[in-house]
Amino acid sequence: MRDTHRELAVNLALALALFAVPLWALYANQPFTITLATRIAILALAGVGLNLILGFGGMVSFGHAVFFGVGGYAAGILAQHAGSGAPILGLFPGSNQMLVIWPVAMVVAGLLAAAIGALSLRTEGIFFIMITLAFAQMVYYFAISWPAYGGEDGLPILMRNRFPGLNTMRPWPLFLIAFGVLMVMLALVAMLRASRFGAALMAIRQNPVRVEAVGISPYGVKLVAFVISGMITGLAGALMADLTRFASPAMMAWTMSGELIVIIILGGTGRLFGPVAGAAILVGFEVTFGGMTEHWKLWLGLVLLAVVLFARGGFIGFLAGRERLG
Amino acid sequence: MTLALIVEQMLNGVQFGLMLFLMSAGLTLVFGVMGLINLAHGSLYMLGAFFCAAGAAWTGNFWLGLVAGTAAAAAAGALIEVSVIRRLYTRDHLDQVLATFALILILSEGTKMVFGPFPLYLNIPAGLSGTVNLGLMPYSLYRLALIGFGLAVAIGLWLLIARTRLGIRIRAGENDREMIGALGVNIRALYTLVFALGAALAGLAGALVGALQSVQVGMGEPVLILAFVVIVIGGIGSIKGAMVGALIVGIIDTMGRFLLPRIFATFLEASQASGLGAALASMLIYVVMALVLILRPKGLFPAHA
Repeated sequence: MRDTHRELAVNLALALALFAVPLWALYANQPFTITLATRIAILALAGVGLNLILGFGGMVSFGHAVFFGVGGYAAGILAQHAGSGAPILGLFPGSNQMLVIWPVAMVVAGLLAAAIGALSLRTEGIFFIMITLAFAQMVYYFAISWPAYGGEDGLPILMRNRFPGLNTMRPWPLFLIAFGVLMVMLALVAMLRASRFGAALMAIRQNPVRVEAVGISPYGVKLVAFVISGMITGLAGALMADLTRFASPAMMAWTMSGELIVIIILGGTGRLFGPVAGAAILVGFEVTFGGMTEHWKLWLGLVLLAVVLFARGGFIGFLAGRERLG
Repeated sequence: MTLALIVEQMLNGVQFGLMLFLMSAGLTLVFGVMGLINLAHGSLYMLGAFFCAAGAAWTGNFWLGLVAGTAAAAAAGALIEVSVIRRLYTRDHLDQVLATFALILILSEGTKMVFGPFPLYLNIPAGLSGTVNLGLMPYSLYRLALIGFGLAVAIGLWLLIARTRLGIRIRAGENDREMIGALGVNIRALYTLVFALGAALAGLAGALVGALQSVQVGMGEPVLILAFVVIVIGGIGSIKGAMVGALIVGIIDTMGRFLLPRIFATFLEASQASGLGAALASMLIYVVMALVLILRPKGLFPAHA
């Protein structure tokens, strides 16, 4: 399965723009713009994870911030123990290497996703929305009341974690890392979507009864998709903690889950590059209107309401037509 | 730890549960009748508290403030229903989540613009301040009044739904929307009324609880999420389920926060025990929710078989 030519062109343009703008900023000496682009890439990555289940699988998870936050805490906790030298729970050594932290963050987020998914996928529709939100809130409350790793204050990362051959303390190399990870994960999701698994996932969104009649268990497919989705969003969390040098409980607050859904809708639900467009729009909106008025969220709410009520299909739907895969 | 302390905490749990019931009842009605998930229900709770605090400050009378808060929430509910929510009944849940999330942003920022960024304070009404002696121990008169108030509203709501023509229509609407429309009931008006009723209950809860804590933007969402837990436990669309679920959540949460740190203190050192106890107590109701999901996936009292 392939995207339409128009959508491919839009995707390519988005990827190029996300790369070209910080490249320009590098030569114009605008480090703030590079950091903004890094934030867009990381938020887009978190959205790519959610898009897999929400866009392609039709599962509206309102608790995805929990995987984002857990990924962030994985990075923060490993870095803290690497600094102090004390092993985690007296068992595992810490690490300040991104190449170690990422798989750990993904495994931890994946395990949590397996537990939350196994329970919440027993239900669907409105129940699923409320339950994913509730479980995310459970972990959030645990994080703010558990004093060992900062509790409500969060966990600072004193030195950014390292990546072989690149100086992660500088904005441009960090952007390259985030951009690279985003592109790899987009390619992975594109491959997943084109596979038998992806076909089953999208078919389940449209008609679970028929899929079951063909001999595929919807529950199993949905659970695997939920776990992969949690892992990608967890990886994004680890990157975000390194960007802000801070693992904060706010990363897993319910508002973050809402923002992740907003990113997908603004960009275009179920579009491969939808989260990239959505993250760029959201961050752009915040920077533009946040500078003009402290009440920019009111305007964000109004725009969002207008998009939901009158302009379905999002940014990519607007540029590449309403028809989409699956 | 004495019996008196345990009884006091139980009463606190019942009081908390009854306030959660006021919140959950509207949410579950709106879902049962209109099939809509309304995230902005917490904003209506917040509006009730803000208008009550402002009304009480302006008139100097808590009860007038309470009426103002409830009426403001009901009016805001009706306005939101007519302008936005009405367009969402035929949409999927994703659109409903997004549109009501947008409403949260608008109402929260709007409240900040009107009332300012600082929390407001609402005093307990003069007649209900102080404590009352319950034999075992003194207990806050206001909290006791909240228990009575919550029970009275619950009974009133039950009478409304079980014994009045409006209640018949609401129940009929839950069972078969097209049919009651075909029988000549004005469904649009019924929906607006149900939504405003739910909003009034949320606003009432916010106003009543506002006197126990500070009235601030963002106060509604934690309660909203607890109300979701209540509804998942009780069963969507069931008022009886909301009542049972709310009491379960209220009592388990309050008792967990009270007992767990004390239980851990018997075998851990003090600082560790309080940290671990508090962290686990905050997760307790979600564990109960998970158990209910495993044993009864549609909740304890599923409204639609």
